[in-house]
Amino acid sequence: MTDALRSHKPIQTLADIPEYEGLWSWVTSIDHKQIGIMYIGSALFFFLVGLALALIIKIQLMFPMNRFISQDFYNQTFTMHGTTMIFLMAMPLLFGYSVYLTPLMIGARDMAYPRLNAMGYWIYLFGALLLWFSFLGGGAPSAGWFSYAPLTEKGFLFDPGVTYWCLSLLVMGIGSVGTAINLISTILTLRAPGMTLQRVPLFVWMVLTTAFLVLLSFPALNAAIVMILFDRELNTVFFSPSHGGSAILWQNYFWFFGHPEVYILILPGFGVVTEVIPVFSRKVIYGAGFLAASTVAIGFLSFGVWMHHMFATGLGFSVLYVFAVSSLLIAVPTGIKVWTWIATMWGGKIRFTTAMLFATAFVIQFTIGGLSGVTFAVIPLDWQLTDSYYVVAHIHYVLLGGMMFAMIAGAYYWFPKVTGRMMSETLGKWHFWLMVIGFNGTFFVMHILGVVGMPRRVWTYPYGQPLVATLNLVSSLFAIVLAGSILLFFWNMIHSFFKGKIAGPNPWNAWTLEWATSSPPHPENFELVPPVHSRRPLWDLQHPDQIGKGGHH
Amino acid sequence: MDITNAHLSNIFAFATEQARSIVYLHYIDMAVCFVIMATVLGLLTAAAVKFRQKPGDNTDPEQYEGNLKLEITWTAIPAVILLVLGILTFLVMHEVNPAIGKRKPDVVVVAKQWWWEYRYPNSGVVTANELYLPEGVNSLLEINSGDVVHSFWVPNFGEKMDAIPGHANFLFLKPTEKGTYTGSCSEYCGAEHSLMRIVANVVSPEEFATWQQNQLKVPAPPTDKDAIHGQQIFMSETCVQCHAISGTPANARIGPDLTHLSTRKTIGSGVIENTPENVALWIMNAQVFKPGCHMPQMRLTHKDAHDIAVYLEGLK
Repeated sequence: MTDALRSHKPIQTLADIPEYEGLWSWVTSIDHKQIGIMYIGSALFFFLVGLALALIIKIQLMFPMNRFISQDFYNQTFTMHGTTMIFLMAMPLLFGYSVYLTPLMIGARDMAYPRLNAMGYWIYLFGALLLWFSFLGGGAPSAGWFSYAPLTEKGFLFDPGVTYWCLSLLVMGIGSVGTAINLISTILTLRAPGMTLQRVPLFVWMVLTTAFLVLLSFPALNAAIVMILFDRELNTVFFSPSHGGSAILWQNYFWFFGHPEVYILILPGFGVVTEVIPVFSRKVIYGAGFLAASTVAIGFLSFGVWMHHMFATGLGFSVLYVFAVSSLLIAVPTGIKVWTWIATMWGGKIRFTTAMLFATAFVIQFTIGGLSGVTFAVIPLDWQLTDSYYVVAHIHYVLLGGMMFAMIAGAYYWFPKVTGRMMSETLGKWHFWLMVIGFNGTFFVMHILGVVGMPRRVWTYPYGQPLVATLNLVSSLFAIVLAGSILLFFWNMIHSFFKGKIAGPNPWNAWTLEWATSSPPHPENFELVPPVHSRRPLWDLQHPDQIGKGGHH
Repeated sequence: MDITNAHLSNIFAFATEQARSIVYLHYIDMAVCFVIMATVLGLLTAAAVKFRQKPGDNTDPEQYEGNLKLEITWTAIPAVILLVLGILTFLVMHEVNPAIGKRKPDVVVVAKQWWWEYRYPNSGVVTANELYLPEGVNSLLEINSGDVVHSFWVPNFGEKMDAIPGHANFLFLKPTEKGTYTGSCSEYCGAEHSLMRIVANVVSPEEFATWQQNQLKVPAPPTDKDAIHGQQIFMSETCVQCHAISGTPANARIGPDLTHLSTRKTIGSGVIENTPENVALWIMNAQVFKPGCHMPQMRLTHKDAHDIAVYLEGLK
């Protein structure tokens, strides 16, 4: 029995949990909720850092031939922006959501391996600090987040930046694989009685798929990173064509990891939206079977599409056919999800809370990103548009307009569960509308910039291209709105953390198990796990007459 | 720089037959995307308006879990649309970039940090940074790299092609309209990536033949006093270790060939206009114009740099 249970003092905020008092309790914690919060907190911190880098980029690109920052610093900035946002922000954010929510949603007390869980977090934090230490250690990496060989060879980039990049990603990759194994084990072995795999919440199902993708793709990246390290430090020549190595080989390794990585990032976002939309439409998810199966299909297909990042590298046509078909095919299971979300809203009684607004905007923006993605599968169009600003627009529609909008929907949805307090809906709506305007204003015009020939990763662009100059200025101005909206989000979180309305166990009248315990949950998670007869155990508690009728697997 | 009369870059303003095929495919793809986007947006808007919770109505709506026929439909229809796009993809790929067989390239493009070398194997012309192509002729370009990965992209010409060290790539271009076009390196290649620009001139086949003949001429030795002095400095300084000028002992191939520098519109791979004064400033310290570039600061007096510029610009 924990102190909290013994005292019978109702838990209303994190301050009511004596086990969470003091810094030491967090540093030494193996509680999945504390580790989840630390993951999310660190990710949000690096979100601000990555945002600051993005603003530097946008200021530099405001005017043609601008010299706001030097070319070298610009190259470090965009490399660190990409690496920070992917590995220091997005990955820990999704791990934070996953390790916090998974045990609660399946009615477990903790993760299968709580110590491995803690190790995953601390190893990530170490890797993150190592990457940023590079600024003090002789220069940040400047080979892009993709670090194409042979630019990464010491002959081309002598500064230690790329070495820091390698070591940091290597360490974090090991932690990620550990966390993936932990999530898989947890979901496969610790589900509450009655919760078959068909009855796990779809968020958990997507986390399971994601964890398999992490498990299978990160080792490829780590192996390749060791090769760059050896090339740089031990004079091996894996990726050095002038000595018989291969430049293309690195691209194959990197994208064999890199494309599944895109789905690693987006699948938990799909999961969040798949929880949020039904609750605020007051309707069961539509076509759950197709949704679950399409997730697995995406998982498999994601390992067979990596060469669509390399369509302009002059590969043989036979291999291009295969990867064109697989890249087109992956749009089918992705499309299924979009139709499913719409069909869930259709016929519902929709409450447009901030969480629901973000989920709705996610569907629209992700569809734009998905459709511009289909364009890359149509190889001749890829030949035109790859490595142009069109791709910058595309990835930000998928990862910021898609993944991050979903994660923010999740933040508004689960903030009451994690902290015990509601976030401000008024501030939330301001945040939402400003962010929609800022995001689309910043990134939509980038499609056009690609069309008029602006390549990616450029420090500056020449005079004499009026449209390029105008659109860059427009994009930069909207980026300020976007940044402001994100600061509003942080203010909302901080303010609500201390002053928000007390939420109670289930403020949204939701149906999955995490809402069956106090907000925040006490360290043991549940006093009693309700019986599980379907994907919506709390709905069943309210409608005992309907148990076993219709689709309850 | 005097490329202000160049066509504005735009992938839809096709200037080669290859680009035209790609643009038509693009229109089809865009039409498909717009229809799908409109459907999603329309349905979502309708749902948001029609199924919004009425104030005070706290009852739950009817719970239905799916409809197999509908779900199969929304799986099958996109699959068919994508299959059609796939077939069109294959057709256009073959039209734009057919197998080269035993054909020899008309132009060999060598991308280097951070400039372009163009060699014409049929005539022996070697030049830098400004590509010439004959209108109406289907030229085969071989794309190579001398160091890291670059990418050759002139948006109005259509396909971009990566320059990969140790692996030759090929690109067909059949220009349909005369004029000057601009492009740029499109694969991040290190410090100077943003300043590695491309200038391409499409001229009539006759003009192209004349241009090639002029490029092959061995320039007469300088007669002007400044130019003679300039040549002496050029040949005695480190210039000769990187650059070539035909008819002289300078024959290094590390930096751009300077034999017919005066015929180019820009220097520094499209960075500044080609004037004697700019050339002099460039020689003194190229780092001002292209920070990080491999041409070192030369530590010459302005007079010496000016004389070298006079010498180079006088080569005819």
